[in-house]
Amino acid sequence: MSDDAMVVNAPTQQGPPRERTKIQVVPLAGLPVVAMAVIFVALSIGFNWQWGLMFNHVVGGGLWTGIDLFVGLVIGPILGRLSIPARAEFSARFMPMMVIIMPTVVMMTLATGFQVARSLGNLSASSPNHAWLVVSFCVVGIMATTALGVLEPANIAVLYEMNKPVPNGEVIHRLMQRFVYTAGILGVMQVATLIIMTRLGSR
Amino acid sequence: MSTLHAPEARHVVECAYPPIGWLSSGALGLVVVGGILLASYAPRKAPLGLATALLCAALALLVAAAFLLARLENFAWATFATVFKWALLAYAVTSGMIEFAFVHDHTRGSSLVLVTLMLVVFALSVPITIAFTTARFADAKGGA
Repeated sequence: MSDDAMVVNAPTQQGPPRERTKIQVVPLAGLPVVAMAVIFVALSIGFNWQWGLMFNHVVGGGLWTGIDLFVGLVIGPILGRLSIPARAEFSARFMPMMVIIMPTVVMMTLATGFQVARSLGNLSASSPNHAWLVVSFCVVGIMATTALGVLEPANIAVLYEMNKPVPNGEVIHRLMQRFVYTAGILGVMQVATLIIMTRLGSR
Repeated sequence: MSTLHAPEARHVVECAYPPIGWLSSGALGLVVVGGILLASYAPRKAPLGLATALLCAALALLVAAAFLLARLENFAWATFATVFKWALLAYAVTSGMIEFAFVHDHTRGSSLVLVTLMLVVFALSVPITIAFTTARFADAKGGA
């Protein structure tokens, strides 16, 4: 995140707002990295590049699972107990990063995961791994719907609220609660993903 | 955190908006289920009847969301437009990547049409949900 993307005053302060710098909702400095990831994934799929497919799936999946677990089960509960000013200050630095990191690692994982499953023969109905694979599709489906339908909208809305001259603390609080709860759900679903993927890898 | 001390005038401004976010998220959920159905049959041909029904239901929810959205008055359209266009760009890229993977895997004919339409619903429903959630809390006069 860029240095100018900071908010330092509490969203619920009384009186006139203090001088603040606007939060950069999408950290532009990260976009070249995203573009490189998209190109790498596209090339790996297009040329059936086994190492590239496996790299993107394992690295993307590891980061996705690790970040979701850490945010959902460690950061989320801590964030929920912080004062609103502290929560706002943390979120102002943390959420723009999540805006750019999470869609990228999810895209890396899912786009290449299907290709890896196909090349390993796990998509075949006769494969002993097929049932586990379908369960993993369902887990990913729940995670995608939760993340895209609830978590990400709340994330963006919080950042916009924080950019107002006088942010509304209650709006931020309510949106952050959504973020914390859905991050917890995603963390639990990621435990299921870990079980399924280690099961697939050991057969 | 029930001990907020925000000034009176800045209490939560959450008008009674129609359930646009729920409708677009519902559309997303239906195409995700449809996608799981198609993917679970790959590389065999999936039964297209159920997938088509899911797609039609998703399209109906999306159209309903768009209809309700278009009728909104005193809404932060500037904020909605800004968020929508950037989110649309991001999810169009994601959808394009998924479409590319399906074409690369030799998905053809009616299955490809179904996948493409599902991806269109996906690429529209997520930006609508994000933009609506953001704009409903924004100032209707001056955007965010």
